[in-house]
Amino acid sequence: MGQITLQGVRKSFGPVNIIKDANLDIDNGSFVVFVGPSGCGKTTLLRLIAGLEDVTGGQILIDGKNVVDVPPAKRGLSMVFQSYALYPHMSVRGNIAFGLKMAGLPRPDIDRKVEAAAATLNLTPYLDRKPRELSGGQRQRVAIGRAIVREPKAFLFDEPLSNLDAALRVQMRLEVTKLQKQLGTTAVYVTHDQVEAMTMADKIVVLNAGNIEQYGSPLELYERPANLFVAGFIGSPKMNFVPGEAVGELAVATLGVRPEHLKIGKEGEGWPGTVSVAEHLGSDTFLYVDTGKLGMLTARCIGEFSLKAGDRVWLSPDPARLHRFDKDGAVIGT
Amino acid sequence: MATQQTQVLGRALLTPAVALLFIWMIVPLAMTIYFSTLHYSLLDSETWSFVGLENFRYFLTDPAFLTALQNTLVLVGSVLAITILLGTPLALLLDQQVIGRSIVRLMVIAPFFVMPTVSALVWKNLLMHPVSGLFAWLATLVGATPIDWFNDAPLLAVILIVAWQWLPFATLILLTALQSQDEEQKEAAEMDGASALSTFIYLTLPHLARPITVVILIETIFLLTVFAEIFVTTGGGPGLQTTNIAFLIYSQALIQYDVGNASAGGLVAVVIANIVAFFLVRIVGRNLEA
Repeated sequence: MGQITLQGVRKSFGPVNIIKDANLDIDNGSFVVFVGPSGCGKTTLLRLIAGLEDVTGGQILIDGKNVVDVPPAKRGLSMVFQSYALYPHMSVRGNIAFGLKMAGLPRPDIDRKVEAAAATLNLTPYLDRKPRELSGGQRQRVAIGRAIVREPKAFLFDEPLSNLDAALRVQMRLEVTKLQKQLGTTAVYVTHDQVEAMTMADKIVVLNAGNIEQYGSPLELYERPANLFVAGFIGSPKMNFVPGEAVGELAVATLGVRPEHLKIGKEGEGWPGTVSVAEHLGSDTFLYVDTGKLGMLTARCIGEFSLKAGDRVWLSPDPARLHRFDKDGAVIGT
Repeated sequence: MATQQTQVLGRALLTPAVALLFIWMIVPLAMTIYFSTLHYSLLDSETWSFVGLENFRYFLTDPAFLTALQNTLVLVGSVLAITILLGTPLALLLDQQVIGRSIVRLMVIAPFFVMPTVSALVWKNLLMHPVSGLFAWLATLVGATPIDWFNDAPLLAVILIVAWQWLPFATLILLTALQSQDEEQKEAAEMDGASALSTFIYLTLPHLARPITVVILIETIFLLTVFAEIFVTTGGGPGLQTTNIAFLIYSQALIQYDVGNASAGGLVAVVIANIVAFFLVRIVGRNLEA
């Protein structure tokens, strides 16, 4: 079991409020990703759940029990750190076994569990090596092994893939997701990378300046962002924003349209503009179009698109895919 | 050193410094070797003669030599033990968040900056003096007989003084090492359920292995040559009880005015230092390998 509930959790460092009133329900077995720009408090929130920081106010419930006064080790959670935090002078075996050894398990049990965890993660040939003799991906797997061997109620991941190169990151992303589904253990995962968030999560928590901006499934966030911040943060390239009055929608402060929902025509219809930069990625083409009073808009077209800088184009937004926001940034209607 | 030209230029510019350092080392060594083969006393400096290895035989068979050697090793070993066994917990304490931490650190490090002669005098006259010293006063407060440190336990007294001077050094090195310890590792241990003691044994001590090695090596170099503290407090006595090799050589040269014998003693001391260094590197030096 691993149901985590946050009720009015607050955290301040001196006069600075890092987390302002966080309320959250994390279901047993789900994969929840905290995402947000740096300094938004996502890592702090994770550390509060882990017990590495004390809450300033509010309650953290794990399986219905308030754990704010429970030391980290007794919360039944395990954590994978950004730097992996492997114990440098211990072998892989020693690293994975450390938690069990501290828990006072008998030796044969420890050996059995360590072997099993190592087999799951393809670490068996490396059990007697030191961390410094391993590659980045292998170290990452040792850190995960150290987490799973304790059979925790939930895994906490603190930007675990940010030190890996791009190709390895994609591979580990899949492995972590697969492992989590296979074990069925609740996972809370912190990242600043929205691709990681979108691909791994069952549910995403978007954080900004200590507030939870929106909590929902990846597609919910993409299709129905609750406010300007989420709309701008989720999706790449970023959503285009134009002032409502500039396009004749006086009740709307800001109108948002994603680059992939702008149709590009060589004549006639929509918002006229001039291509200032065209990025050809092969599968996609990103056009940065200067539309004068609407500002610079980004359009995404599938495939190769034979337009170059200086060409005149007309952009027409898909009317079903427009996002309207009021002057406080909240979405209008649903 | 990319090109031939910069290589040649680099060597040319380094030559004077290297030559100077070489002369600085080789001239005293050559003179010491030369003097060690002479019968040469300052009391009778007109008549000196070549005696071969006679000085070495005399120095090595002198019963004072074995006593001094033993005293040297006891002094070095005890001071090393005290500074590391006290320095580690002290460094752990100083690593904690306390009010006025910078002041406390400064106070702890202060003894290292006191000149050996001064600290030895303070210890001799203000702390360990059997009549007017602080320790004597404390002893009489609880009704005990004051210890006459420099008569009853002279070597221990010297060890205490030297250890007091070197404790800050060990503490400082170990403290810097503690501050470089990875926070996330300690947090990982906390998540793994390790107690403070287990974290210390399984994480901090292995992390400190290398700085402790450095402390042992550096302290040994200086502790083999402790002189001022002995000179100021006991003058090597009573008898030979606090005479170490350095003080023995001094007394040969400037109390007995036997330059030849003292030179031989100096060379013996060099050999001893190298033997100690050899064993030290064999025992603890592998900690230095990355």
